[in-house]
Amino acid sequence: MSATSPLATADTDLELWLKQQTDKSLLRFLTCGSVDDGKSTLIGRLLYDSQLILDDQLASLRKESRNRMVGDEGIDFSLLVDGLAAEREQGITIDVAYRFFSTDKRKFIVADTPGHEQYTRNMATGASNADLALVLVDARKGLLTQTRRHSFILSLIGVKHVVLVINKIDLVDYSQQVFDNIEAAYRTFAEPLGFKTLEAIPVSALRGDNMLRPSDNTPWYAGPQLVPYLETIAVGEDRTLAPLRFPVQWVNRPNLDFRGFSGTLTAGIATIGDEVLVAASRKPAKITRIVTMDGDQNRAIAGEAVTLVLDREVDISRGDVLTHPGATPEFSNQFQARIIWMHEDPAFHGRSYLLKIGSQVVPATITSIKFRTNVNTLEHTAATKLDLNEVGTVTIATDKPIAFDSYITGGQTGAFILIDRMSNATLGAGVIDFGLRRAQNLSYQNFDVNRQVRAIAKGQEAHIVWFTGLSGSGKSTVANLIEKRLTAEGKHAYILDGDNVRHGLNKDLGFTDADRVENIRRVGEVARLMADAGLVVFVSFISPFRNERNIARQIAGDVKFTEVYVDTPLEICEARDPKGLYARARRGEIKNFTGIDSPFEAPEHAEIILHGAEYEPAELADQLYARLF
Amino acid sequence: MTAPHNALTHLKALESESIEIFREVAASFERPVMMYSIGKDSSVLLHLARKAFFPSRIPFPLLHIDTTWKFKEMIAFRNRMAEEHGFELLVHTNPEGLAAGVNPFDHGSARFTDIMKTQALRQALNAGKYDAAIGGARRDEEKSRAKERIFSHRNAQHAWDPKNQRPELWRIFNTRLAPGESMRVFPISNWTELDIWTYIYSEQIEIPPLYFARSRPVVDRSNTLIMIDDDRFRFEPGEQPRDEVVRFRTLGDYPLTGAIRSDAGDLPSIIMEMQASRTSEREGRLIDSDSVGSMEKKKQEGYF
Repeated sequence: MSATSPLATADTDLELWLKQQTDKSLLRFLTCGSVDDGKSTLIGRLLYDSQLILDDQLASLRKESRNRMVGDEGIDFSLLVDGLAAEREQGITIDVAYRFFSTDKRKFIVADTPGHEQYTRNMATGASNADLALVLVDARKGLLTQTRRHSFILSLIGVKHVVLVINKIDLVDYSQQVFDNIEAAYRTFAEPLGFKTLEAIPVSALRGDNMLRPSDNTPWYAGPQLVPYLETIAVGEDRTLAPLRFPVQWVNRPNLDFRGFSGTLTAGIATIGDEVLVAASRKPAKITRIVTMDGDQNRAIAGEAVTLVLDREVDISRGDVLTHPGATPEFSNQFQARIIWMHEDPAFHGRSYLLKIGSQVVPATITSIKFRTNVNTLEHTAATKLDLNEVGTVTIATDKPIAFDSYITGGQTGAFILIDRMSNATLGAGVIDFGLRRAQNLSYQNFDVNRQVRAIAKGQEAHIVWFTGLSGSGKSTVANLIEKRLTAEGKHAYILDGDNVRHGLNKDLGFTDADRVENIRRVGEVARLMADAGLVVFVSFISPFRNERNIARQIAGDVKFTEVYVDTPLEICEARDPKGLYARARRGEIKNFTGIDSPFEAPEHAEIILHGAEYEPAELADQLYARLF
Repeated sequence: MTAPHNALTHLKALESESIEIFREVAASFERPVMMYSIGKDSSVLLHLARKAFFPSRIPFPLLHIDTTWKFKEMIAFRNRMAEEHGFELLVHTNPEGLAAGVNPFDHGSARFTDIMKTQALRQALNAGKYDAAIGGARRDEEKSRAKERIFSHRNAQHAWDPKNQRPELWRIFNTRLAPGESMRVFPISNWTELDIWTYIYSEQIEIPPLYFARSRPVVDRSNTLIMIDDDRFRFEPGEQPRDEVVRFRTLGDYPLTGAIRSDAGDLPSIIMEMQASRTSEREGRLIDSDSVGSMEKKKQEGYF
């Protein structure tokens, strides 16, 4: 192989050699395939053949390779790449591992990704930074469910180049028939996935057939060998041909005389003198300098990290995107996207998340789940939620408009992640299909008579008071007492109660997790409308999940919102059992009953806590009134 | 194939990626700090940080955990760099360890490293309330590092949970933290040792002279050459220092860092020697060889 050529003698032209090292191009690829298809062995073989395995590593490998399946070299190549101790014990690859090797022609960064379905998210992670994918197939087994799933994820994430590595060809006696059949089946399957190039190569990673040079064992095969193919394939979609996208990452302000905008061009070319627009404000300016520590440049191309200086004071901050006029990104607060869910807690529509796209972070809600795509069969099915490793097509609304592109044409400016507002976990990743235009036509009317005017007319302040607590904790009793008192004072209040809403507005909803979310969303919206009418709204709902209460708080927006936790222990609520519900739940007649077979997540940051076990309802109402009004 | 006209060479691509990561840290965290260990990776890290924020100064301090057993040349180099490049330098030594006279001779490398490095680092990070600590680890160094994220989450005890890492897609980094938690950030994750050296060469980055072969006083202990850097060294009976032409492939505490016999006195010859060499970089560091997976264990305990 063309491993990086060692410097034979000191006479070698070192300058030239070093220039060759620095001028190499970079190919990032990932390997995917089923559990036993030999991914790790293949990567280990690539590292071994490029002479990157050093003596001390070899010694420790030979030691570890005892009692394992080995090739002629006496080494279990997979040990080179199965990094984490837990993985070595289980003999599988769990996480994405990055590997590096280099030949005379190219540098390679390899993402080794896991095969099991429960690690689909890890595969998507590896694919997100890859230009090319090796899809491994065991020649004895042919295409498997996993092969299809991985190929679908590749196309979802936008990997354009695929090599179908038909591995373990030695174990089918180097049969052309087997190879041809697998290749034909894969081409048929992959056709709708839209890969730009697809090459099938018969190899044995363990024995080295068709890795570096044509194998004598496959005289019928006239195509390229794996390593030479990887060294020469042109993957570089020329991102400089796309319209300029410069997401501002950091405002560079060392002193009063310098104000620059630091960032990396995700697409296009920026040249001194160019007129640029801020995507959000559409404010124009001209580029006067392109600053780097190595000196000013006349232009910067996609992928370069630079600092732009503009000819005039324009309000620009982190999250803004600079573009050329006439080729601006979409700017909207609604779009359709395909998302892959990466967390144990499922995705529900109506739930609020943080969305990060480029350097913009905004609150966002999944407004509808149009369908779930079965990652194994590519079938579309209706869905009310997305579980871990599921892929769905959804519409998303952000709290404020953001600049974005369609992922297929715009690349990075069309990719985003969703973050949990409480735990900060990365929950999912998505690619934008298109903006939803109707969002732009739907601007909120600013009436002259507004909430404040209405509230003042009633001599009060609009306010949502959200009670949460177990069934029988005393929420409604306290709410009733306090409403009476307000009414006596000539104020206007209204109680939204679990029972009155469930019998009317929400009678189509049950008690599954998805229905609970929708239940709370509707009640939150109604409470908000009533508050806009100037009312004091008491919402008396068990609302057992923190996330749902959080959604209600978000829907409330700028309306004053107070969360009141009626903290009455389960034993006492169950002993009271005013409606006999606990008894029925205990008998199994009611499913998903909060406190019995469905959890109650106590608030962590409730503004007010009422201790229902220690005080009478009238005392609680007094306490609350004193705190609220 | 060499890079086509409108594409970045791999070094330029790596540089841009690292700069982007630095800027993301500066923009996303309230109290970042950069670990500065004076070696070649730290030198590249420093160079990249300067590039990321130019013409501004590096907008966060650099922290050196000083075990008091570093080579004297390292300390001199560190102080000069701080002066030349105008960054804020913080130096922390574990005061209890210092008071107890913890040293590599009496306490052994494992305990010494734990007290003077791991615990000292934890002390400094807690005291500074840093929410992001930038480090120079590379994925090609060691197997468990190959799987670590660029933005690597740490709980309030500074521990890494390898099974619960946040997915990291594209170049979108989830930088959000709960109170008490922190992030370790590795801007040169995707660089290899050869990338580091060719970058040092092409950017003419200054590195400590210890990397270059010179005549130095050493003793040979079971094929490990230890340089006698000061009079605290404990000789074994009959041991005599000898002057030999040696250099270091990695820098650390002088009694724990093995030198190699080499004539490589300048960068090109170091790169040449490295290309021909057949042992990996961390071999000279004793902490990795305790048991398989030892680095992973150390990271879970909060080692950088």
